Amino acid sequence: MLAVAGLKVGQEFEALTKPPVTKVQLVKYAGASGDYNPLHTDDEFARKIGMDGVIAHGMLIMGFLGEYVMQLAGTTAEVAQFRMRFGGMTKPGDEIKCSAVVEDVYEEKGQSFVVLALKAAKSGEEIVGSGQAVLRFH
Amino acid sequence: MDLDKSIVGLKGEVFVVDVEKRHVRQFAEAIGDSNPLYVDEDYSASSPYGGLITPLTYPIALASEGKSLPLQLDERRMLHGEQEFIYHRPVRPGDQLYCQMKVADLYEREGRSGMMQFLVLDTEMKDKEGEMVVISRMNIVYRPLAK
Repeated sequence: MLAVAGLKVGQEFEALTKPPVTKVQLVKYAGASGDYNPLHTDDEFARKIGMDGVIAHGMLIMGFLGEYVMQLAGTTAEVAQFRMRFGGMTKPGDEIKCSAVVEDVYEEKGQSFVVLALKAAKSGEEIVGSGQAVLRFH
Repeated sequence: MDLDKSIVGLKGEVFVVDVEKRHVRQFAEAIGDSNPLYVDEDYSASSPYGGLITPLTYPIALASEGKSLPLQLDERRMLHGEQEFIYHRPVRPGDQLYCQMKVADLYEREGRSGMMQFLVLDTEMKDKEGEMVVISRMNIVYRPLAK
């Protein structure tokens, strides 16, 4: 959990490595999110449009980063802004590692904020998404 | 046909969604996010949040229930490039949110395959009192179709 005291720009945190993405997980995410694009659940459809098979929802990977940010925030800080730019594709079997580094620490109107630069990468270090979160301490 | 700047400001119809505990649990489970703040009433009540909240990306599941914009978009040209959530307060189970999508911006940039258009779509989510809760901002790359 983060503490405002002692946070330094450039500081890194322990990464979160998620279990490999599964096809069942993609079906669950489709159902829960309402994103029924068959590219994420139907291998036959995915092959028809030139892919090897289904790929994960970009928003699922953002969900992993969101889980990680909330783990770091714990109950000491609240998230004000959270964004992600989508990069490479994630396939079933891929293991996603979330990491963060402190980009900025500042105060505004008597409240303390920290800006985290976020990365989601596949096992081979290939970046599948990068993002940023702004946290406000309670 | 490329999009015209006149679409900026276009709004969809307001739609109302209820944030349901069971749905939030299913959404967190699909991600594999076991944070107790989403499901454990006692734990969340004793936290600074004072009650259950929802995962950071949860508003995307609400936005997907929305009505489309009064606008012809070619889905084959659309690529979800970026997503952002701007929180004014956490979304909580039990919230009833009044949501509206609007075209926030349209701009052009030179890309590898010529001039590309970028479309910014905001779904604003407000509470019953009209206070902003969260904005879900989608950045869409509107690509030229391959010839």
